[in-house]
Amino acid sequence: MSQIPEEELLAPGHRACPGCGSILAIRYALKALGKNTIVCAPTGCMEVVTTPYPETAWRVPWIHVAFENAAAVASGVEAGLKSLGKRGIKVVAIGGDGGTVDIGLQALSGMVERNHNVLYICTDNEAYMNTGIQRSGATPYSAWTTTTPIGKVKRGEDLPKKDMPAIIAAHRAPYVATASVGYPLDYIKKVKKAASIEGPTYIHVHCPCGPGWRIDSSKTIEIAKLAVLTGMWNLYEIESGVFKLTFKPPKRRPVADYLKMQGRFRHLTDEEIAGIQRTVDEEWKRLGIS
Amino acid sequence: MKQLVTGDEAAAIAAKLARVKVISAYPITPQTIIVERLAEFVANGELDAEYIKVESEHSALSACLGSAAVGARTFTATSSQGLMLMSEILFVASGMRLPIVMANANRSLSAPLSIWCDQQDSVAVRDCGWIQLYCENNQEVLDSTIQAFRIAEESLLPVMVCFDGYILSHTAEPVEIPEQAEVDKFLPTYKYPYLLDPEKPITMGAVGVPEYYEEFRYMLQEAVLKSKEKIIEVGQAFGRQFGRKSDLIECYRSDDADVILLTMGSLSGSIKEMIDEYRGHGERVGLVKVRAFRPFPAKELVDSLGHAKAVAVLEKDFSPGSTGALFSDLSGAFVNSRESPLLLNFICGLGGRDVSSLQIREATKAAMEAAKTGEVKKTVRWLGLRETMVGLKP
Repeated sequence: MSQIPEEELLAPGHRACPGCGSILAIRYALKALGKNTIVCAPTGCMEVVTTPYPETAWRVPWIHVAFENAAAVASGVEAGLKSLGKRGIKVVAIGGDGGTVDIGLQALSGMVERNHNVLYICTDNEAYMNTGIQRSGATPYSAWTTTTPIGKVKRGEDLPKKDMPAIIAAHRAPYVATASVGYPLDYIKKVKKAASIEGPTYIHVHCPCGPGWRIDSSKTIEIAKLAVLTGMWNLYEIESGVFKLTFKPPKRRPVADYLKMQGRFRHLTDEEIAGIQRTVDEEWKRLGIS
Repeated sequence: MKQLVTGDEAAAIAAKLARVKVISAYPITPQTIIVERLAEFVANGELDAEYIKVESEHSALSACLGSAAVGARTFTATSSQGLMLMSEILFVASGMRLPIVMANANRSLSAPLSIWCDQQDSVAVRDCGWIQLYCENNQEVLDSTIQAFRIAEESLLPVMVCFDGYILSHTAEPVEIPEQAEVDKFLPTYKYPYLLDPEKPITMGAVGVPEYYEEFRYMLQEAVLKSKEKIIEVGQAFGRQFGRKSDLIECYRSDDADVILLTMGSLSGSIKEMIDEYRGHGERVGLVKVRAFRPFPAKELVDSLGHAKAVAVLEKDFSPGSTGALFSDLSGAFVNSRESPLLLNFICGLGGRDVSSLQIREATKAAMEAAKTGEVKKTVRWLGLRETMVGLKP
């Protein structure tokens, strides 16, 4: 803990909701990255709550252009610095799940394929929260959102969560990792490691969202931890193509412990929960870690 | 030194002479030769620049904003559908006052798909806050591209240099290529005043709440209007150094003309020849060429067209449900003038259709008749239309 700097590069006074997981992920990332950083952001909650003119919460240089292009802007920032011979500045793009796994996927794929020296962090709160809780490609199976309502015929999101880290790993990025705001030390370590590696690196950090997940603002960390302890979210890194679990729960808890704490899963029957449990069990088997 | 080059090559050579630091572009016909030549310059070590081979035009321009924001002189090139894909980011670039230079080889828009020339692409994004310069020939492509960097950097506005696809982009003409040392003198190393720099952190691209948004848009409007002076100043400075000056508009034998033709781009060259013929027969006909379409030279046009009896606007674009864009802007320019010439609009040369001398004569004849009778029979006409195909004739 003593290695984590006390200095806050994301100033207090921003407009994030109480208990916001994504803002924690940004705050921790900046502690790991330090001052010599340029941040590129897509449109989204984090952009809106940190930069209402004439105020800004950013104590590092920060640029926002549009929703689908943070990775392309970061590519330009990195190339621009390189062209001017400015070395040693870490270029980081930080986007939400919508700006990363959906609308920003093409730009991100291009950035990774072109081997830009950029760290991309996806703060994943599993839906479009800025526009008021619509499903994204990162929304988990069966979750309620305003575009996956619980009706007579449909019962929430009917597709599984997109496996974004695997997509980036398939680009042969030198470093891909998952993290959780419930495990800040693991996350900070990964950000430091990713920043130290030359080339495109990617961290996908799981960030509970109070209003979107229908949870109390005091439960963010508890629920983030439960996602990992139940195997609904796994902490791993893929370094030079080699998969390594960085945290293994001592005894995996039933997914019901995680699901039942959140309003977005309130509609689930025991049978449906058992189905989700089977999916998680199978995923662990596939990863060879159960 | 004179060299035989296409319009695309002229743009690429100009970007090289400007010592651009970052190129971010995506291939599209008829602009592709620009990105190919620049790739060769970088590959041969003739140009020390980062070349980002992006996966789309949207990313091409997005990356340009990033590199311009750290202070690198930045260039991109596109056409048609590519410009449309960039359109979202065009507005952001001007709003963030980033001095990017773009070459746009003018090409029609789908549908139907057409790779050939008209000016609908850049005209469609006339409201994006970029300065737009239109070129008559390949020499102007080179000269305007070099000038564009200085205009952009001194006005903190992005500049689009537009030239007709194929007619210029793929046609070789002798072009005077200036010496590198001379261009270096004209274009000193670029220093952007608001850098993304960890030593002095700033926030770029913030949220503009209703209490502030309108002021930012007003400041953009003022900046684009004010850039008129900069375009003139840079055009004169270029003229002093290289012997070829540029302005917002060019008047060709129009000072005493009763009938004036108005256009943008390569069509000006064809019209100039016609004007000479008319003049040979004692007809008082002239041409005014619009070089800067944005900022719109309203005052300059009123001043140079006001004495005429009729003005025929020939343009390779139209706004469906309205008129040609140049025509509607010109009409607006005369709105509170005590006297206005009669204004006629001719839509022509869409999707690569040749604008023949016959068509230019047709437009001139109609304007002459209006000048004589004081009456315009039909305000908007389409030149060279296959009337049977569209049901105007059986």
